[in-house]
Amino acid sequence: MSCWVTIQDYALRSIGIGERLLPREDFTLCQQFTLIGSGMIWNVYFALLALMAGFFLATALALGKASPNRALRKPAEWFIFLFRGSPLFIQFFFAYFLFLSLKGVSSVFDPFTSAWLGALVVLFLNTAAYSGEIFYGALQSIPRGDLEAADAYGFSGWKKFRKITWPTMLRLAWPAYTNEAIFLFHATTLVYFSGFPAWRQKGDALYYASYFADKTFNPFVPYPILAMYFILVTLTIVGSFGLVNRRLNRHLPAERRARLRLRPNLIR
Amino acid sequence: MFEFCTDHETLPRLQWLACYLTTGKHMGFYASFGTVLLLLAITAPAALLFGFGGASAARSRLLPLNWLGKAYIAVVRGVPDIAFFLFFVIALDQAFEWVRHQVKCPDWDQPIRQGNDFVVCAAAKLPLGTAPQWVHETYGFFVAVLTFAIVFGAFAANVLFGAMRAVPHAQIETAEAYGMSHRQTFWRVLVPQMWVYALPGLSNLWMVLIKATPLLFLLGVEDIVYWARELGGTANPRFTDYPHGDWRMWYFLALLVFYLGFTRISELVLDRIMRRLSHGQATAGGEAQRRAKGAA
Repeated sequence: MSCWVTIQDYALRSIGIGERLLPREDFTLCQQFTLIGSGMIWNVYFALLALMAGFFLATALALGKASPNRALRKPAEWFIFLFRGSPLFIQFFFAYFLFLSLKGVSSVFDPFTSAWLGALVVLFLNTAAYSGEIFYGALQSIPRGDLEAADAYGFSGWKKFRKITWPTMLRLAWPAYTNEAIFLFHATTLVYFSGFPAWRQKGDALYYASYFADKTFNPFVPYPILAMYFILVTLTIVGSFGLVNRRLNRHLPAERRARLRLRPNLIR
Repeated sequence: MFEFCTDHETLPRLQWLACYLTTGKHMGFYASFGTVLLLLAITAPAALLFGFGGASAARSRLLPLNWLGKAYIAVVRGVPDIAFFLFFVIALDQAFEWVRHQVKCPDWDQPIRQGNDFVVCAAAKLPLGTAPQWVHETYGFFVAVLTFAIVFGAFAANVLFGAMRAVPHAQIETAEAYGMSHRQTFWRVLVPQMWVYALPGLSNLWMVLIKATPLLFLLGVEDIVYWARELGGTANPRFTDYPHGDWRMWYFLALLVFYLGFTRISELVLDRIMRRLSHGQATAGGEAQRRAKGAA
């Protein structure tokens, strides 16, 4: 079987298009590359949607935590503490079993027990908490002169936030936020190892990599392939976030611009 | 456990719960919290040691050693850590068996990798097929600890490497001016001074290490996640004295609370250590302390 046929069969296997049966013996390199790459669709899906939705909640959380109003500050603080203080792995398990119990109450919760929605919700809340803390830190370190200048020019309320506070917050937070994005992307590999079932063996990249490692009893092929895919996507993230960083910093003289340093953090 | 537990069918609710939570299986569950703490107690110093080795290697003037250290640090960037865990657990096991195979059975003529099998001679098996159960469990735990130490050692190396570079250069120049050798400078000037720079990174690492402990489950150790799944699942009255529905949600809620408390306490303790260590240091933290004292 040529490699082209394999790609046709398995390139979209993780979303249920193509050959149903996974290869069982005589694993070729081509099969491993194709299937693990096919699993990457899920990693990208989880990371992209969670990050985009989480961005807005994170902004709200940061504003809430910085708010002088106790009724706004306390919930934001507790939310951030809850999601940053416990392991994502346990959060996944808890959420899965929670949704499983809720399923008995109402059929509305049916889709939440499958990974595409349930895990996405957990990742969304999780990344919102981590990014919220980053944004809060940036909000605290906005130069006072900037805000005073805004006042002097007669900015206030929404306009001041939209034109001065928010862009400066983003600019200061961006290097750390880039790391958070990379970090979240890596965290998506936990989904199929933490309760959420891979229905009909439709899993993410690590799911297929460990499938091959289990079947061939040889970890030295699938995991390096996985690593290669992840490094590629990580570089893509760094590149695209770098472009945004350039835009956010475009008004500053060259030497004051915050350079983006790749320092992905560790496990959650 | 309690005397009234003997006729468990007629117990009032609270006593039933007391009896249920003290069954032999639950004792295993509580003991597994000890497993987690034991893992932390062994892994933290081991990872620090690995990290120190890695960071010193990355600073080495010997080129191959320098590359080795840098590669070790770089390896954690870009690739998900869970992949490392899953990889190292098999790879380490196979590496041990391969080495033992080379030593113990030199005249074995078949290839070790036969298709999808990894075949070593019986004497090289780890642990030996005849070994008792506890040896198997201890070996599994040992491989897990080693895996944690390698992965977190790379993180720690990253932190320590940065800390070593943060020590003011003038300190090192002064040491050289006094005629200290490279080695003396390293041990007497650089290493004692780097800890205050390393501490924020290391405390972050400690938090991350706490939050990584449930991954022991993936490495095949019977840890708290294993027991929570085991005990929480629906208990059929045919097999147990204490039947109940699917309680896994509550068990994982308990784990969630455990971790929240644990990270919170660590945070408080680490803050206190940081305050103590930055006392009198020429850093922003030390300066803030000095000012606060002057104002008071």
